[in-house]
Amino acid sequence: MELRSKIPAGPIEQKWDRHRFEMKLVNPANKRKHTVIVVGSGLAGGAAAATLSELGYQVKCFCFQDSPRRAHSIAAQGGINAAKNYQNDGDSIYRLFYDTVKGGDFRSREANVYRLAQISVNIIDQCVAQGVPFAREYGGLLDNRSFGGAQVSRTFYARGQTGQQLLLGCYQALEKEIAKGGVTMYPRTEMLDLVVVDGRARGIVVRDMVTGKIEAHAADAVILGTGGYSNVFFLSTNAKGSNCTAIWRAHKRGAAFANPCYTQIHPTCIPQSGHHQSKLTLMSESLRNDGRVWVPKDPKDKRPPNEIPQAERDYYLERKYPSFGNLAPRDIASRAAKEACDAGRGVGPGGRGVYLDFADAIKRLGEEKIRERYGNLFEMYERITDENPYKVPMRIYPAPHYTMGGLWVDYNLMSTIPGLHVIGEANFSDHGANRLGASALMQGLADGYFVIPLTIGDYLASTKLPPVTTDLPEFRETVAEVEQRTKKLLSLNGTRTVDSFHRELGQLMWDKCGMARTAEGLQEALRIIPQLREEFWRSVRVPGADANINQALEKAGRVADFFELAELMCIDALHRNESCGGHFREEYQTEDGEAKRNDDEYAYVAAWSYTGDLHAPKLDKEPLTFEYVPLATRSYK
Amino acid sequence: MRGFLRSTIGQKVIMAATGLIMVGFVILHMIGNLQVFAGPEKINNYAAMLHGPLSEALWGLRAILLVAVVLHVWAAVALTRRKQAARPIGYAKREPQVSTFAARTIRIGGVIILLFVIVHILQFTTLTIDPTYAVGDVYGNLQKAFGNPLWVLVYVVAMIALGFHLYHGLWSSVRTLGVAAPTHHPLKRAAALALAAIVWLGFTLVPVAVFAGLLR
Amino acid sequence: MAGTMNLTLHVWRQPTPSAEGRLVTYQVGDISPDMSFLEMLDVLNERLQEGGEEPIAFDHDCREGICGSCSLMINGVAHGPMKGTATCQLHMRSFKDGDVIYIEPWRARAFPVMKDLCVDRSAFDRIIAAGGYVSVRTGAAQDANALPIPKDAVDDAMDAAQCIGCGACVAACPNGSASLFTAAKITHLGLLPQGQPERYRRALSMVRQMDLEDFGHCTLFGECMEACPKEISIDTITRMNRDFISAGLKVRE
Ligand SMILES: Cc1cc2nc3c(=O)[nH]c(=O)nc-3n(C[C@H](O)[C@H](O)[C@H](O)COP(=O)(O)OP(=O)(O)OC[C@H]3O[C@@H](n4cnc5c(N)ncnc54)[C@H](O)[C@@H]3O)c2cc1C
Ligand code: HEM
Ligand code: HEM
Ligand code: SF4
Ligand code: F3S
Ligand code: FES
Repeated sequence: MELRSKIPAGPIEQKWDRHRFEMKLVNPANKRKHTVIVVGSGLAGGAAAATLSELGYQVKCFCFQDSPRRAHSIAAQGGINAAKNYQNDGDSIYRLFYDTVKGGDFRSREANVYRLAQISVNIIDQCVAQGVPFAREYGGLLDNRSFGGAQVSRTFYARGQTGQQLLLGCYQALEKEIAKGGVTMYPRTEMLDLVVVDGRARGIVVRDMVTGKIEAHAADAVILGTGGYSNVFFLSTNAKGSNCTAIWRAHKRGAAFANPCYTQIHPTCIPQSGHHQSKLTLMSESLRNDGRVWVPKDPKDKRPPNEIPQAERDYYLERKYPSFGNLAPRDIASRAAKEACDAGRGVGPGGRGVYLDFADAIKRLGEEKIRERYGNLFEMYERITDENPYKVPMRIYPAPHYTMGGLWVDYNLMSTIPGLHVIGEANFSDHGANRLGASALMQGLADGYFVIPLTIGDYLASTKLPPVTTDLPEFRETVAEVEQRTKKLLSLNGTRTVDSFHRELGQLMWDKCGMARTAEGLQEALRIIPQLREEFWRSVRVPGADANINQALEKAGRVADFFELAELMCIDALHRNESCGGHFREEYQTEDGEAKRNDDEYAYVAAWSYTGDLHAPKLDKEPLTFEYVPLATRSYK
Repeated sequence: MRGFLRSTIGQKVIMAATGLIMVGFVILHMIGNLQVFAGPEKINNYAAMLHGPLSEALWGLRAILLVAVVLHVWAAVALTRRKQAARPIGYAKREPQVSTFAARTIRIGGVIILLFVIVHILQFTTLTIDPTYAVGDVYGNLQKAFGNPLWVLVYVVAMIALGFHLYHGLWSSVRTLGVAAPTHHPLKRAAALALAAIVWLGFTLVPVAVFAGLLR
Repeated sequence: MAGTMNLTLHVWRQPTPSAEGRLVTYQVGDISPDMSFLEMLDVLNERLQEGGEEPIAFDHDCREGICGSCSLMINGVAHGPMKGTATCQLHMRSFKDGDVIYIEPWRARAFPVMKDLCVDRSAFDRIIAAGGYVSVRTGAAQDANALPIPKDAVDDAMDAAQCIGCGACVAACPNGSASLFTAAKITHLGLLPQGQPERYRRALSMVRQMDLEDFGHCTLFGECMEACPKEISIDTITRMNRDFISAGLKVRE
């Protein structure tokens, strides 16, 4: 298959402008004749649904939570980047573009990233106009903070709840459109399959999670904004419900999956406290602005942190990366923590933790200032660990957090199935092999508010779309397949719970396809996963009926898909014989343990297509060229 | 306006406004009553003045009060019904955290006050309950009434109900009307406590003093 | 194991919205104080499922106290004993060995039980849809710094904007009132210049919707504020009342 990225011609600064002019427009009177399905009500999906309705399209929006306001975007803490240069510290669209391409370890598409940087500016304007209460200075103007991987302050934030405030702004816009009748909202409704008619995405099949009813919805185009798949690891910072089902089902209907092995392990999470652990909690990366990361120099040093003298502490990030110090990008900071713990210098239960110490910042700025900046995060930490971080250094450890991989999309955010568009974390587009902090919110909103509303118009205006109804055989067959799968899950009557399988899969993925990977480990995982999957389909037990809320059934369907995706992740990780960004293959590292890219052979996007055989997906490559940011070894020293 | 009166906030505003009118009356009434301590002439003259030269004003006041009571009770009934419908199935276990006893008893307190006022008017204004009370001799009537411990008890209980009603009502009404300034301790209510205590004490003194024989 | 506890739970079970529900008693053992409350329920659910029983349904998602999904009445207190903490952030160290814990769903006519501990809170969405927004089309915004806003105003707006829409205020309120939730949004937008053009119309229509949803009125019990995981102040209710009263005078209909 040829992967046509459809990047517009011309100099990078003009591509988006030119494309906007060249795209076909839908006549305003015709817009309301078009129905668009948006799956997901997070920043990406919610923004898209609201904006499309404002433009006049008929929108149907779906989410599995009981309200669109609860999408996982709500949990983002730290902030959102934008090249406003309000701080006059040398930021610009070009610099944000540059930082993002470099931060992504040269595995993203320049044109997309440049557009993202351009649009970042409009996002802040839009959100402020909606009433998002971003932090401000005494003069009344917007405040900024710096974030990992950048040397300028370009991150806008609302206390430690930036994602919440952005999502609420977006949700309110969505509710406004729901009230006007432009959007029909389907909460507690889970997409379980995609319907393709004549090679085009024309609808979805969903399960009403309250009544259990399985139903089809038809439309002229389908947009997936269903978030990331970090929960393949079972323990991650994602919400419990986050899942890969929508994109995985679309993948099995023909959408190529790009770079599935690019996962981000976030350096600052609260360490696991026991085997009962159900999820991991992120401590915003912004903490690294004032906190210093260290471990004892001596592995045998088991004294409480406050008794360890300065000289016997290893502030390893400051030591190894003097110019970025504690603000080194995530992949680097995570790996450094793992290294320290692997060397036996980790702290806390099981030696899986490093200190994030605020003592110096408190001395310098006073406890009040620290409270103002991070008060709610400190409280959260104390609630979970029962330790007071004003007095004792925090303990942190890396945890799966974000997935750069996702469905392959072109410049218009359309997947390899015509009519199926993918936005937000669900697509692969802008972050390459590693995402910089505060860039996911930016991307989700850029996609949702500013890109998809225009590019979908181009698709609708330039495509002949015969009317379809859910009576077509394609719809009926898909509904029947989904019903059958559900019945099967309920009928297995085995002995093990869904969670027990999920935990086992997660542990395996964490060990073999987590922060560091080896060919050997991946091969082993590829041997075990199919066995485990088979056992799942043989001996899982899903109690209850289909006709009402059945949370075990919901989980079972999601875990079944994780099992399949896990295999693809390992295949991708195994094929990529290099280390880049979040993908670290132990075989490919420099002498001092840094990632060693192989640009000659791997400067491409790996797009995998489903062939009917999970063990043998088909690989297509979209070559990446770097005209503006010259390929270079990433250094944060 | 009809929309306003049907809304919960509109009905609460009616309660608060009429409540405050009644508070005004109650304070005046209390001050009037306290004149018994100045002797029979003083209070009887005061009553005579009200019923004589000021009778038109008195009737005006009565009209206002009557409207206030009717509206207050109407809103109380409407809101209470609404709140009862709002939670058809209750909790098996329930632990109030910060609500005051006064707030939780505001409705039953209101009913006690209503019953009290009816009895009270039949007793002292229309002199229906005991026709031996004399028109114009407020002082004597008080002596008669509060010589009887049962009446004293009725009044003491009613005044406790009133005190609690005001302890919550005085504080909440300024919030209902949207005039309270934001504070860091929104549940603190020192002023309401002071005023409620003054009203309670001011009223309770009279029957208790009479019964104790301090006013002979 | 040292330090773990055994507990007796009385949990509301109700298979469907229309079915009769009842409290069912379960014993759970070996609960570590480091577990979250929901992890304790996970443990119980695993056991139930292993025995072929249906797990207890409860809403949850982020488990970080921000999405507002979790919603349990724990021993008669919305979100349980820890102040300013959502159910998912409550840890078992707040309990001790041998405790008896009642777990019930939010109770309000406007929040019908759908199954076990899950309730339908869509009334909140409709309140927001009635006016809890600034009407600005995507792309219609001016430069973000063209509108300076005093830091204090933004800080106060943020205090109110933190509402996670969990519904604990309704659950805790003896009247089943949604005043705190509605007031939080009216306050958030009412304090900011962006919210001024629609300020009074917003107050009017949101309160109207709140009433239509069959929530109770506000007696100012203050229980909502105490239960609120974001500790939103009842001062917001004062503000809502003020705006609503002014709206009666200012908004032409
Ligand atoms: C703890 C945490 C903190 C973060 N902090 C930051 C930060 O500070 N800055 C930053 O830039 N990024 C941050 N991120 C990343 C960022 O929050 C996410 O990448 C981003 O919000 C994803 O948005 P989204 O719209 O793509 O998807 P989501 O917000 O995940 O939304 C997915 C939507 O899809 C729906 N959905 C999913 N599957 C289905 C289905 N099968 N059927 C129906 N509906 C479905 C869900 O209901 C939901 O509405 C953070 C992430 C985490 C986990
Ligand atoms: C006549 C019998 C009375 C009844 C039945 C009654 C009932 C009530 C009730 C039920 C409330 C609470 C409303 C709510 O749920 O929020 C209330 C509030 C109040 N009442 Fe009364 N009451 C009575 C008499 C009085 C009197 C005599 C006064 C004053 C002296 C008074 C002053 C108030 C005030 C100030 C409030 C507070 C209103 C608010 O919160 O905004 N009431 N009353
Ligand atoms: C111990 C307390 C009280 C005493 C001793 C007292 C005494 C009296 C007396 C003597 C009168 C008759 C005055 C006259 O007609 O000349 C009267 C009238 C009245 N009292 Fe009280 N009172 C008390 C408390 C209250 C309270 C708490 C209320 C209201 C909540 C109240 C409401 C009234 C009313 C409405 C009238 C009728 C006024 C009129 O229209 O003439 N009283 N009271
Ligand atoms: S006001 Fe508080 S209790 Fe009520 S919904 Fe919002 S966060 Fe929950
Ligand atoms: S508890 Fe209820 S009565 Fe009002 S102050 Fe809170 S809504
Ligand atoms: S689960 Fe999200 S707030 Fe509790």
